[in-house]
Amino acid sequence: MVEVLAARQKQVLEKGRDSYALECGKASTAGAVSQRACVFCGSRVVLYPIADALHLIHGPIGCAAYTWDIRGSMSSGPELHRLSFSTDLSENEVIYGGEKKLYAALTELITEYKPKAAFVYCTCIIGLIGDDVDAVCARAGREQGIQIIAVHSEGFKGTKKDGYRAACEAAFRLTGKDNDTPVSRFSINILGEFNLAGETWLIRDYYKRMGVEVACCLTGDGRVADIGRAHRARLNVVQCSGSMTSLAKMMKDSYGIPFIRVSYFGIEDMTRALYDVAEFFGDEEILRRTRDFVRAEVGSLLPGLSEYRKDLEGKKAAVYVGGSFKAFSLVKALRHLGMETVVVGSQTGAPEDYEYLKEITNEGAIICDDTNPLELSGFILEKGADLLIGGVKERPIAYKMGIAFCDHNHERKEALAGYAGMLNFAKEVHCSVTSPVWRYSPARIKAAEERGGALP
Amino acid sequence: MLLRHTPGEISERGALTVNPAKTCQPVGAMYAALGVHRCLPHSHGSQGCCAYHRSALTRHYAEPIMASTSSFTEGASVFGGQSNLLESINNIFTLYNPDIIAVNTTCLSEVIGDDLTQIIGRAAADNKIPKGKTVMFASTPSFKGSHVTGYANMLAAIVQSFAKNTGRKTDRITLLPSFIEPSDMSEIKHIVSAMGIAYIMYPDTSDVVNGPLDGTFRMYPKGGTPRALIEESGDSRCAFALGRVGTLSAAKLLDTRCKVKTEILDLPIGITATDEFVDCLRKTAGVSVPESLLLERGQFVDVLCDKNQYLYGKKVSLSGDPDILLGLARFCSDAGMKVLHVVTGTPAPGKFADRIREITGGDTLVKVGPQADLFYFHQLLQNNRPDLIFGNTYCKYIARDMDIPLIRTGFPIYDRVGHSYFPITGYRGGLHLLVKILDAIMDRQDRDAPEEKFELVM
Repeated sequence: MVEVLAARQKQVLEKGRDSYALECGKASTAGAVSQRACVFCGSRVVLYPIADALHLIHGPIGCAAYTWDIRGSMSSGPELHRLSFSTDLSENEVIYGGEKKLYAALTELITEYKPKAAFVYCTCIIGLIGDDVDAVCARAGREQGIQIIAVHSEGFKGTKKDGYRAACEAAFRLTGKDNDTPVSRFSINILGEFNLAGETWLIRDYYKRMGVEVACCLTGDGRVADIGRAHRARLNVVQCSGSMTSLAKMMKDSYGIPFIRVSYFGIEDMTRALYDVAEFFGDEEILRRTRDFVRAEVGSLLPGLSEYRKDLEGKKAAVYVGGSFKAFSLVKALRHLGMETVVVGSQTGAPEDYEYLKEITNEGAIICDDTNPLELSGFILEKGADLLIGGVKERPIAYKMGIAFCDHNHERKEALAGYAGMLNFAKEVHCSVTSPVWRYSPARIKAAEERGGALP
Repeated sequence: MLLRHTPGEISERGALTVNPAKTCQPVGAMYAALGVHRCLPHSHGSQGCCAYHRSALTRHYAEPIMASTSSFTEGASVFGGQSNLLESINNIFTLYNPDIIAVNTTCLSEVIGDDLTQIIGRAAADNKIPKGKTVMFASTPSFKGSHVTGYANMLAAIVQSFAKNTGRKTDRITLLPSFIEPSDMSEIKHIVSAMGIAYIMYPDTSDVVNGPLDGTFRMYPKGGTPRALIEESGDSRCAFALGRVGTLSAAKLLDTRCKVKTEILDLPIGITATDEFVDCLRKTAGVSVPESLLLERGQFVDVLCDKNQYLYGKKVSLSGDPDILLGLARFCSDAGMKVLHVVTGTPAPGKFADRIREITGGDTLVKVGPQADLFYFHQLLQNNRPDLIFGNTYCKYIARDMDIPLIRTGFPIYDRVGHSYFPITGYRGGLHLLVKILDAIMDRQDRDAPEEKFELVM
């Protein structure tokens, strides 16, 4: 049995054994080796892909250093977001306040780079030293003639989710600016798609082929001007629901734009995401084009998938990701590859998400919220997973255990969204799971001996 | 295009750091603590700090990095972090069972004003610290210094917490290395062992962050200096601290508190610095330099002389952390290369710039501390173009923009492997670094050579 901290007992369950509802949305237990990050991290990752805005991090240097170009959010034009700007507060400013330095930094930066808008991220100590960041932003904004938005993302003010909310509030302030540029009657915004490995471009193209215009993508390959006219689109399509549902709600309340939640990972969910939009518009031509498009894409995808499936059938997977919607899609996508998900968890899932995970997994599956390496490695061992899907901090755990790994987070190098992404995903999983290198792992050798069989 | 953003014209910047050539203290503190056996680093602050530090170290070493966090909430930041730390200590010993918890503070807990001595005292009084286990801490505010300062502060805290002078001197010498790779820590141990000298070295991250794949995930890998040895270092006959900025406060403490005569040396990078180190060891221990080391030295010198025409007069620009930069400057000077620039975001004493210029012969531009960032470094390079850049992964943008080869050194290196296995210190490390430099220069020459000058034998 894997030992779990007493305070976390209800944050882990085994399907078929435990009947309680999973506890979640809690602050991590103090002292845990949590894989979670902070409010600032949540805000930073959401707003980061807006490529023609200035992103200035107000605080000591660390927060800027750790978030410098770590997310492969691609831009088709400006790349201002990939530089790292910090007020680099030192002891003096911590004592006497950082407002002057912030004002000077903003002035220098805007003069030099002439961004379309600016975000100022407040880090932990800004909340303590009491800088009036809103006032500084307003003043510099008036003088420079651009919108400067304070993002209240002090790290300790909650979890990463609260950071998403702060980012949504900041992004919302850029909406409602442009009432002139024409927007099609069949237009949507994509929310919560960050153009990792160019995924936004892929998805935009799908909608285009259906005859639907993407007015704005928040925030993948994002531009300030596009966000300014987002309020005139007819529908918000929320992909990473954990991060951007609150923006969708704000836009619904203020502009009356309805929203739907989708996922672009896996065949069913990708297809659903297209049909949901087509059905929303109810236009015969769009529906026809969607059907044709999906049929063609799925048709050309399946033969390739079944090739990979031959080798992957019966293998087991563990999934630990940030948002639960991605976890749903991965469980389904893995099933397409003949793989069973035996461990699945997320950093930020809600109660109903975990209930849904229970529905789509098999008996005996471990479902966990906000896990840590010790638990995770224990579950992997207990359930005999052959593959772990996660992010940067999970990768070496998998490798140390001698099992395969697929990065489904910031560091993915291939697009994993859409139909092409499903094939890439299958290819990556196949490549890692069937690699001959695992035969050198002592744990694998031992496991094979115990099964009485040879290594693959 | 990325980094085409950097204008060549240098203007004064008062308030702004662009593309930092440093990061904050706690990550260095965490790294130092990992070099103690069965020690769990603990970050007293928001969850994000710990997640970022672990991610940074994980990306650099491609190894699982374990550290726990006090998980500050809004309440903690109003009422102080005492209850979070007490709860953490309790949970950590219950579940993770380390021998030592090494707490580092963060900007948040420092500004709140948590008194760690008092909190840890309270935990001890409440019997939250099991017998034989220790909770110690280093003050590492992120708004002062850099990751190297954090390393130095944690190292000093380790000396403070463990080193004891019992009055019975041993024949061992103690080594305190600056913030270097596990491979370099191994290489330093190799040299001392080869000379037959009994030693204690800490921290020692070899076999911690460059461990083998054996199919098991371990919270506490095999390596790291055992606590007992750190305690005994207080009785060692003398000590050498390698790299001033990363070790000064620890060296002073060991010297004054435990009366262990501690000498500060440069990191042994390059021929002359390694010779100095070996010579100090030889004199102190009264031993002669073994054949095996002479052979390593001879091979290094052999390649250096064989291929010197590729190095002599080449212009280089260096960015990174002070102790390694000093070593690299020595390495380059040994080889007859001309050091144009040295840039570090880590504060270093005024003498640092003087030392660099002393080594390189005078006209090297040295920039230290605030605004010594990679944006500025890039500007310097645009105004005085080198043949080669030394620096961390972030320099790849500059290298690409200017089409200059980059030798990856220092922290962090996120895009190549090898640094945790192959050293740059000592004679073998020197040879390894030399080969990397030659590869870069020769690859470039091959790439750019007109067909008639494209040579088979180089």
